[in-house]
Amino acid sequence: MVDFVLGHYAYWFTIILLAIGLYGMLIKDNLVKKTIGLSIFQTGVILFFVSIASKWGATVPVKSDEFPVTEVANYMNPLPHTLMLTAIVVGVATLGVAFALLITIYNRYETLNEQELLEKIQ
Amino acid sequence: MIGSDIPALIPITFLAFAVLIPLLGLWKRHLSYYWAVLGATIATGFSALGFYNYISGSETIRYFFGGWEPPVGIEFVYDGLSGFIVLVINTIALFVLIHSRLIGKREFPGKVTGYYSVAMLLMLGFNGMVLTGDLFNLYVFLEISSLASYALIGIGEKRAPYAAFRYLIIGTVGGSLYLLGVGFLYTVTGTLNIIDMAAMLPEVIGNSAIITALALMVAGIGIKAALFPLHGWLPDSYSYASSTSSALIAPIGTKVAAYVLLRVVLYLFGVDIIDSAIPITDIIGILAGIGILYGSVMAIAQSDLKRMLAYSSVSQIGYIIMGISLANPFGFIGAVLHVLNHALMKACLFLVSGNLRLKEGHTDITKFDDSYRKKYPWTMVAFTTAALSMVGLPPLAGFFSKWYLALGTIENSNWLLLSVILISSLLNAVYFFRILEKVYLRDPESTDEKTGIISSLTTNEVKPSMLWTTSIIAFGILAVGLLNAFIVSAIVTMFPAGL
Repeated sequence: MVDFVLGHYAYWFTIILLAIGLYGMLIKDNLVKKTIGLSIFQTGVILFFVSIASKWGATVPVKSDEFPVTEVANYMNPLPHTLMLTAIVVGVATLGVAFALLITIYNRYETLNEQELLEKIQ
Repeated sequence: MIGSDIPALIPITFLAFAVLIPLLGLWKRHLSYYWAVLGATIATGFSALGFYNYISGSETIRYFFGGWEPPVGIEFVYDGLSGFIVLVINTIALFVLIHSRLIGKREFPGKVTGYYSVAMLLMLGFNGMVLTGDLFNLYVFLEISSLASYALIGIGEKRAPYAAFRYLIIGTVGGSLYLLGVGFLYTVTGTLNIIDMAAMLPEVIGNSAIITALALMVAGIGIKAALFPLHGWLPDSYSYASSTSSALIAPIGTKVAAYVLLRVVLYLFGVDIIDSAIPITDIIGILAGIGILYGSVMAIAQSDLKRMLAYSSVSQIGYIIMGISLANPFGFIGAVLHVLNHALMKACLFLVSGNLRLKEGHTDITKFDDSYRKKYPWTMVAFTTAALSMVGLPPLAGFFSKWYLALGTIENSNWLLLSVILISSLLNAVYFFRILEKVYLRDPESTDEKTGIISSLTTNEVKPSMLWTTSIIAFGILAVGLLNAFIVSAIVTMFPAGL
């Protein structure tokens, strides 16, 4: 049991981040806090990809004379990291659109609290 | 010569116009509409050419970007199914964009340049999702199309930005769940290419990471496709967005997500793996069935036409997903055929609601009466055609997809879903005949004295750009119904392996 917990500790952080993100989106009334929850959720997924690429005792994926290229166990897997560069850009774009919408909502209703907003909409 | 480059040319056309429109908009803003229509026309031309090549016997085109062969590089796969879906969505988008000129002047004046640029990005995302053969690339295109649709929905009525924000939160969670599923698959197989991964998955059957990935991906795509308990974002988004946005996103967006689900379930995993640990097809089949009934009942309860159509979308997407969940040839034909049929019907109905909104300023069903038939005779003919097709009257397109779905449920001896199809046809009849009864039989005098009889007798039909697009799509519903044997014979060639 202890081995199971300690052996997967990177994944526990991912799960905790996903849970915090979901909590923020579901429970918080303030729309900005919901957006922050969304960002934490996305970060959880990004860290998951980063952690699956790492290996014990491996080095950065830059070719060196010390290790031959054929021994893949010597190198970290660079592909998930490069994928996450794209995912980070997607996350930034999502935040941008979310804040643009929030500015419009605030200009129209002068509140970002979901309960007040729903009352004003009714 | 041009044939082998078609998979890349279609999305690149939209990308080029998405960049060109804002630049040319600096020069003459009112030309943005024409550039957008031009872009959609070129892309539709490429799609039609590609599908013509496929029909006349050409092989599946696999386009390798930068010359890097998969699994190292990213490829676009133009086979029968993706070619068919691309042709459908680009044709619908072309008609909706032609229709949008006057709506644009009225509903988002001064924003046309940005609007059409984002619409091009939306189509880039949808075409990329359909054509790509790489799971991570699919995520990127999914997010491009989603971000564009949040922006398009945000331009609308007063409540539209809040609806768009809710969609953004829910939709991004869906995208993230899909990405998490891709991560699980990557750890097991070490590849992201769909064809490559499909060949490897049978060797690792029973691996718990595969099952987790399947569950995460189905949940993520289910949010995008508005599968029953995950549909909460849809009604508000579609009813408060501008008429063009709803007409663009409603017929295309959820269909593309359903297509991705079809790819993942039947092509990537295959019928053997999907049900190996958890009965995922049964689960989505039951959810689709509940969604069909729930959407229809909620549609009956709405008093606004656009909102009714939005709930009807929840119901109709259920048919497509039910066809996927049957995982047999008839279900597959029904699902693919219903993508085409529902795209045509929903586009036609949303264009009609756009026509009414432009002329009357509202789409409140309780105010509909006999005068509408006299004022807008051809719009109402289009509406009636689409409504009867939704109900499933035989010569029209909607009948045939329901027919194949019913055959599929009989083949699986799934009497529960068969009864869902039959009951929902009755419910469809209830909510459409409710409107038809008002439009054709209700006497205007009894409702409102301000709408004088003299003015109501003269036709006040919408402008040709709107009338012709609506009418051509309505005619398309009839044509697809009559040519259905030919279309089905084309769909039969698209079956995934093992079906």
